[in-house]
Amino acid sequence: MKPTVTGTDLALPGRLQPTQVEIAGGQLTCLVGPNGSGKTSLLHALSGIGRPEGEVRIHGRDPRRLSPAKRARLLTYLPATREIAWPLTVRDIAALGLDGSDVAVRVSAALRLLELDNLAEHRIDRLSTGERSRALIARVLAAEAELLLLDEPTANLDPLWQLRLMEQLRRLAREQARTILVAIHDLEIARRYADRLLLMAGGRIVADGPPDEILAGEPMARIFGIRRGTDGWEPLRPPADPRSLL
Amino acid sequence: MKRFLTLGLPGLLLLLFLLSLGSPWSPILELAQRDADLAGAILLELRLPRAILALVYGAMLGASGAAIQALFANPLASPDLTGTTSGAALGAVVTAYLFAFASPFALAGGAVLGALGALALLLLLAGPRAEAATLLLSGIAISALAGALTTLALALAPSPFAFYDAYAWLMGSLADRSLNQALFAAVPAGAALLALWRFRSPLDSLVLGEDVAQSLGHDVRRMRLWIICLTAVGVGACVAVCGAVGFIGLVAPVFARWFVGGHPGRALGPAALIGACLLLGADVLARTAPLGRMLPLGVITALLGAPFFLWLVAHMRWSLSR
Repeated sequence: MKPTVTGTDLALPGRLQPTQVEIAGGQLTCLVGPNGSGKTSLLHALSGIGRPEGEVRIHGRDPRRLSPAKRARLLTYLPATREIAWPLTVRDIAALGLDGSDVAVRVSAALRLLELDNLAEHRIDRLSTGERSRALIARVLAAEAELLLLDEPTANLDPLWQLRLMEQLRRLAREQARTILVAIHDLEIARRYADRLLLMAGGRIVADGPPDEILAGEPMARIFGIRRGTDGWEPLRPPADPRSLL
Repeated sequence: MKRFLTLGLPGLLLLLFLLSLGSPWSPILELAQRDADLAGAILLELRLPRAILALVYGAMLGASGAAIQALFANPLASPDLTGTTSGAALGAVVTAYLFAFASPFALAGGAVLGALGALALLLLLAGPRAEAATLLLSGIAISALAGALTTLALALAPSPFAFYDAYAWLMGSLADRSLNQALFAAVPAGAALLALWRFRSPLDSLVLGEDVAQSLGHDVRRMRLWIICLTAVGVGACVAVCGAVGFIGLVAPVFARWFVGGHPGRALGPAALIGACLLLGADVLARTAPLGRMLPLGVITALLGAPFFLWLVAHMRWSLSR
């Protein structure tokens, strides 16, 4: 499949080693790796956060040359944090930074999709963490951008919503040919929904391929220190006896 | 709400501006019938500069309060609580008394430097997205330091009028300023206000954090630097002419956000209007209060603003504990 998004020599000093990455539209790509492996840094570098080195092209266009309004139609980013400093309504949060005559329609559609329509006029600080997450995801969907970069979108969601969200993202990729990159910790969900997995460690991409192949591969076990057992994932070595730490 | 914003607020502002020039029950109308020249001179040379200063200073405090609150993601930030106005007062006093520069250029320059110094110190102490407690404590420390140094500079000053001036610098006053002095505050403050206006939507995008603002293409570091410099220039120029006036920069943005659904950036314009209304109103009150003499302006804004501040802190605590 032809890549729609390319990152050339992308780097963030101290966090992300110079990285080449190509992501195809029409697929759901998941980014896995232990804590501190550089998943968020790669998302940052692609979305232009923290003055990254290197170049990003989305459908051949350089997002850095675009106004915020045009850029919002090209790429959208969901941060891992759910902290929101000001008590805006859910509807206003979902519309933040978006531009165009049809924003209201896009926001309403996204809120309906995430079943937030009856909470739309509620203040975001009065919602549960999961509902707050959904409001932030609604903003990402309402942007209707070409490239969606999501940092742990399933965190704080209940199991049903985790599945529904991933299902929705995969459908969005396949039916509307969007390019979607999701950093995720849940390997089972990644295996089930991703078309392609990128495994990260030490600030670089160390393996790239279909989920089943990556998850069964040697780098996976070496980097995470886990393997697939009869009863799901298990550590390679038994955890240290807490008494030995004293 | 929207109609009040577009018609009500500017209307109220106009009314207060006219009231500041002369109320129907003020003796100036009577005087105008007897001696039109004298009445004209009073209007043009005493009241007009005062009204212009109140308008501009109030608007500057309101807008910079809104910008600083949005920038620090904190409703308790404001030019006075963060020590900006006290820093500016210190800068002006040091320029005037220790270096004996009396030109309005030097005074304004000193005040701007003082304000910049205070804001830089705040950023250093509290960090870019400060928690309420850290921000307030740093602000208190900076204000206390600047206040003490201002008093020290005045105590060391050779002029016998220094103590009266100390009072004016620290409490703020719009009385007896010339039209020239008013323009000296109004031109830089007006320019700073116009420049701050550009940051409304970048400031709104900061609601979701610096990362999201950057992903939309806003250079957050540059924006922070610009806002701090513009606030320092605008507030500094006003403090150089009028001294430090408290609480307007805290109160105006809070009211302003009620009109714009809580958006901190969009509140910039209404905060400027509300700030101007508050300072014009406070000055009219200071001048016409039936106590037989003029009240210090800073006392009135503090008397009205401090209870509001207490309410704000209690409200925040209440919503946190819920």
